[in-house]
Amino acid sequence: MNPFTLAKIALRALFRNRMRTFLSVLGIVIGVAAVITMVAMGEGSKKSIKEQMTAMGTNAITIMPNQSRRGGVQTESTEMLEEEDVIAIRENATYINGVSPMVTVGGQAIVGNNNSPTTLSGVSADYLKIRNYEIEDGVMFDDEADRMSKVCVIGQTVVKNLFADENPIGKTIRYKSIPLKVIGTLKAKGSGDFGQDQDDVIFTPYQTVMRRFSATTNIRQIYANSIGEGYAAKATEEIMTILKERRNWTKPTDPFRVFTQEEMIQMVTSTSDMLSLVLTAIAGISLFVGGIGIMNIMYVSVTERTKEIGLRMAIGARGRDILLQFLFESVIISLLGGAIGIALGIAASETVKLAMNWPMSVSVTSVIVSFGVCFATGVFFGWYPARKASRLDPIEALRFE
Amino acid sequence: MQAVSPILSVQNLRRDFKMGDEIVHALRGVSFDIYPGEFVTIMGTSGSGKSTMLNILGCMDRPTSGHYILDGQHTETLKRDALARIRSQKLGFVFQSYNLLSRTTAIENVELPLLYNSKISAEERHHRAIEALKMVGLESRMNHLPNQLSGGQQQRVAIARALVNDPVIILADEATGNLDTRTSYEIMMIFQELHSQGKTIAFVTHEPDIATFSGRTITLRDGLLKKDVINEKVQNAKVAFEMLPPPETFEDDDEGEVE
Repeated sequence: MNPFTLAKIALRALFRNRMRTFLSVLGIVIGVAAVITMVAMGEGSKKSIKEQMTAMGTNAITIMPNQSRRGGVQTESTEMLEEEDVIAIRENATYINGVSPMVTVGGQAIVGNNNSPTTLSGVSADYLKIRNYEIEDGVMFDDEADRMSKVCVIGQTVVKNLFADENPIGKTIRYKSIPLKVIGTLKAKGSGDFGQDQDDVIFTPYQTVMRRFSATTNIRQIYANSIGEGYAAKATEEIMTILKERRNWTKPTDPFRVFTQEEMIQMVTSTSDMLSLVLTAIAGISLFVGGIGIMNIMYVSVTERTKEIGLRMAIGARGRDILLQFLFESVIISLLGGAIGIALGIAASETVKLAMNWPMSVSVTSVIVSFGVCFATGVFFGWYPARKASRLDPIEALRFE
Repeated sequence: MQAVSPILSVQNLRRDFKMGDEIVHALRGVSFDIYPGEFVTIMGTSGSGKSTMLNILGCMDRPTSGHYILDGQHTETLKRDALARIRSQKLGFVFQSYNLLSRTTAIENVELPLLYNSKISAEERHHRAIEALKMVGLESRMNHLPNQLSGGQQQRVAIARALVNDPVIILADEATGNLDTRTSYEIMMIFQELHSQGKTIAFVTHEPDIATFSGRTITLRDGLLKKDVINEKVQNAKVAFEMLPPPETFEDDDEGEVE
């Protein structure tokens, strides 16, 4: 029997049991729509994180202590970064055109009755270049002239929180009772959807933080900027060499971890990958349940139509013809469900995007894969009922009441 | 007539069924031939083995031993699919309960056997179905659904369905069993008409009355061939029909369809 005739027979049978068909289709629709939406959510957040990371500067390199931990317990004393490391990198590295430590203090910035719960970041002037910040008004502090001085440069969120409509330049903010004079403001970078608000920052010279706020010589992180996109790998290698040489490092393990921005993106998105995988798996389960719904209804259909099957066989249908007839029905249910589910999933994603301003990104791959999975679902769950039908004995089937 | 070779030949046919520990011998060695153009009734009471015989003749069942040669082809050893092909190309079935597909028009029901023959195009299928419906006088009702037809009309659609693939033999299983006498005679008129056009018919029935319309009656009892007689005086169904008292109701409401 040709596929066209089979499809016609299947469609007619499905149309006869409209409500039943609708419910079976609905099971698949919900599953597919859930998968499409979850994947869109995962992809969207990944994309958004990537964009934010890119906005932080594509040539940025991050250096952090290598904490060797086993089961949450630190097994070796951690080698800490120091100010001398920053200086050594600045003076010796050839693939680097900017380097800045990062030391932070948590607390509140206060001006009069206003406050802003913003982390105070101790950096050097190069930090702006590394992180793609630009000065809007005033100036950035100078590494030499403003060493340890009580000055700061603030982002637009802080401006809004503390100064409302006033011009902040020249004003003083208090951070942990220490007054800091605002000498510059940063251009707005816009906030990421899942990451931190990049405008909610207060920069001050790192020596100021180390000497006046936290009284430490340890530096949590050092950021550097490679001279161009192709030089990131060379730059990380060079930095590692400088850091090891300064310490006469001989141990086989590296004292620090040096990441390019590319590696950072991978690190950050791997968590979100995991999350979206879990979400998609849960959505996939509902698709599986939808498939079981098809199987159930196909079994009912086969039993109900035993006599029809017997007749078809008596007048010359082979087992294969009967098998295909029922398989067509289940595949039509699942593909119909798939098509509607994809449309619904895309609509749901767009709605969430518009209504809640979440980053959603419907991937073409997820649409194609979903449709393929639907086809497979129809074949897989339709197979056993269809085979049961095809193996009926025509005499017995004809006698069935 | 006996000079030509038989269209159907059963030789020492046996069929055993296992019922639990017991073995039931439904057929215990039956032999007969049916020749082209014959109209044969197969009679027997319940348990005589006539249903088993019909299932084997219809290639829906295989004998335990013995031979069944249909149109020159041995069928005893054929596989499921090969038997299905024979059913599709060489046999026409008429059932007691019509077995039409519900919510499917008369013409589509008639076309059904041809769907399982990939060599026949859609146009030819349609054309042949109309021809078959004309032979049973129902071409005006071809777009009616089974539940819009009387029992007699439904059985005529079923006969058209049995004719549409131009089978070597038409097998009828109690084809008048669900019908009143008048309608039964109408159906027998159609069978006699088909017979006169040269069709070969094997008609299973338990009603002696019906057997008188055929040229030969084979009687089975307890799985054995009891009688095989040529009817000298074949009753004409048309004459018999006209001699019936006039009906009280115009048409019966008998309905039987595949649900």
